[in-house]
Amino acid sequence: MPIKTVYNAQIEHLQILDETGKLDDKLAKDTLTDEQVSYLYEQMTVCRQLDEVAFRLQRSGRMGTYPQNKGQEAAAAGSGFAAKKGVDFLVPCYRENLALFLHGLPMHYVLLHWMGDERGNQIPEGVNITPISIPIGTQMLHATGIAWAFKLRKEPRVAVTYFGDGATSEGDFHEAMNFASVLQVPCVFFCQNNHWAISVPREIQMNSETVAQKAIAYGMPTIQVDGNDLFAVYKASRDAIERARSGGGPSFIEAVTYRLGDHTTADDARRYRDQKEVEMWAARDPLVRLRKYLEKKDLWSEDRQKRLEERAKAIVQEVVKTAEGIEKPATDDIFDYTFAGELPAELQRQKATMRTSSLGQRPEQVGLHAVPERA
Amino acid sequence: MPRSEMMIEKGLTLVDAINEALYQEMERDDRVVILGEDVGLNGGVFRVTDGLQKRFGPDRVVDTPLAESGIMGTAIGLAMAGMRPVPEIQFEGFLGPAFDQLVNHAARYRTRSRGAITVPMTVRVPVGGGIHAPELHSDSPEAIYAHQPGLKVVMPSTPYDAKGLLTSAIRDPDPVIFFEPKRVYRSFREHIPEEEYTIPIGQAKVVSEGSDITMISWGATVFQCLEALDQLPEDVSVELIDLRTIDPIDEDAICQSAEKTGRVVIVHEAPKTCGLGAELATIIQERCFLHLEAPVQRVCGFDTVMPYYKLELEYLPDAARIVEALQQVAAY
Ligand SMILES: Cc1ncc(C[n+]2csc(CCOP(=O)(O)OP(=O)(O)O)c2C)c(N)n1
Ligand SMILES: [Mg+2]
Repeated sequence: MPIKTVYNAQIEHLQILDETGKLDDKLAKDTLTDEQVSYLYEQMTVCRQLDEVAFRLQRSGRMGTYPQNKGQEAAAAGSGFAAKKGVDFLVPCYRENLALFLHGLPMHYVLLHWMGDERGNQIPEGVNITPISIPIGTQMLHATGIAWAFKLRKEPRVAVTYFGDGATSEGDFHEAMNFASVLQVPCVFFCQNNHWAISVPREIQMNSETVAQKAIAYGMPTIQVDGNDLFAVYKASRDAIERARSGGGPSFIEAVTYRLGDHTTADDARRYRDQKEVEMWAARDPLVRLRKYLEKKDLWSEDRQKRLEERAKAIVQEVVKTAEGIEKPATDDIFDYTFAGELPAELQRQKATMRTSSLGQRPEQVGLHAVPERA
Repeated sequence: MPRSEMMIEKGLTLVDAINEALYQEMERDDRVVILGEDVGLNGGVFRVTDGLQKRFGPDRVVDTPLAESGIMGTAIGLAMAGMRPVPEIQFEGFLGPAFDQLVNHAARYRTRSRGAITVPMTVRVPVGGGIHAPELHSDSPEAIYAHQPGLKVVMPSTPYDAKGLLTSAIRDPDPVIFFEPKRVYRSFREHIPEEEYTIPIGQAKVVSEGSDITMISWGATVFQCLEALDQLPEDVSVELIDLRTIDPIDEDAICQSAEKTGRVVIVHEAPKTCGLGAELATIIQERCFLHLEAPVQRVCGFDTVMPYYKLELEYLPDAARIVEALQQVAAY
């Protein structure tokens, strides 16, 4: 009997706006309007400014460790914009600030988080996101569960979860993918492949040529997009989100992008990666590309750029002021959210005394001498 | 690796000492391999494995995929097959995904195979708070692992102890978790022997002798205890014991001291409830009941989730809280 091929697979790569700012009009049809592109370009610029300022805050000791988003703004913008604010649910890690802002998270929350304050995670009512997630590769299961709940309640809502290339090595990632696909829940898995997981390049992280192909094993629609191309990211995200919303189950998107900064402010990428590679990707900066496009279409000018940059500075200055103006939490804050309702007695005592030593009674109360004799 | 000028002149940090122990054990025994996230070219996020990949090559110092269960599980396999793996978990919070492999597999193989299969590996993990780090980078989970039979748990507080204990751990026939208090990583330097040496696992150390109160601690809080001693009136004489090994506990050392002083204060960063202090206090009351002059006291982290860094200093036991407990115990 002849050997048969029982499965064939291929991965498509989508690019709509190339590095020179040239748009594929056919593919771009029914994606973003000029107005939307200008709006998102402005948001990306403000986000970049926040990133630069956050970096400086850390360097001057005004903030803790911070992971720059620099270079990945189009991935966050296109996907975040494709999800319905106030309806869909974002389950992020930490390199998609702009998606969170687009869904209504006040910008100072992100600073507050990295300033070591849990109130940066106290997501305001009506903003459908989970807080920044530090443990890698864990949150995609939560997104799957959230999407599952939407499905059970027959709500036309979608969960979009973000993670890096490195995160796809964790077991939880694979469990989330399999659950989502088996249960056919409305979840979009959005991988920001920025080529690095701290010092580990993608080629060492995995032996598969693309990240996107991992979804094939789970029977999930999958695509690779140019992650620095706002149009491609938006189109792929919108298609996946609307497929999920209409009962078509989960999808996977690999957004190929690049981490232009260090992993975090605690890292020094010069130790492990070639500056030439960074320069090559700096030339593909999503902001530069989008500006080229806008200029080509006569939607942008030197003057508008100048005004935008000034506005971005002013906005971020205000955000920093807000974040730094929030007083350090009271020590009660450590205790008050341990459980719903009244704290257990021992915790109440710890909270009231800020002590864990329990020798409350004084020696004279128990009838002992104040200065003990040695036995 | 030859020591740097700085090390020769000023001594070694905890990081240097661990690096030197790893280097020497890799030189001595080619079964020793290091695996973990960013341990190779980058030398680990704390630079503890700096230079080792350059010296021993990428087959013996391996940048693994980002997967703690994978790191721990394959380290078990390597160990079973005759290697001496030294996996690194980047921060104690990320032991989470490795928990199953560690607790349900590494810890049990010897017993469940009635000695036919063993897992000689040393899991290195930075531990503890106080460095302004993000969430899940500041916990103290040592008691969780001490609770699991079949695992040894070590936490040195000085470069000298770190080098000797890590060498012992790597040569140990059973799985050892080697917790490295990150607050101490570069906080001071110490002159230590350049040649290899071992410190037995399971031996506590008397840091300073005393006769009125026994104070027991380990890891970074040993230094808060020393600070507290400086603030104490001179006529109170405290014996400070650095446990060094969390499991097995050096019962003789602590009981000897407890019998001498009759008063005991235990200090640890981890939450109080079901922390190691509970076990130590029980051992002391079981073995030294008739010698005790006061209830054993604990100064610990609160029974809460470790807060983000704005409040971490309020959470961590400090000299003031320790002094208060010492005075209470002295006055009982
Ligand atoms: C479970 C877990 N293991 C290890 C770490 C330490 N760590 C933080 S970020 C990171 C790399 C993440 O790489 P990737 O998923 O590609 O995301 P990126 O940072 O590139 O956006 C590692 C190893 C962690 N935070 N959580
Ligand atoms: Mg990455």
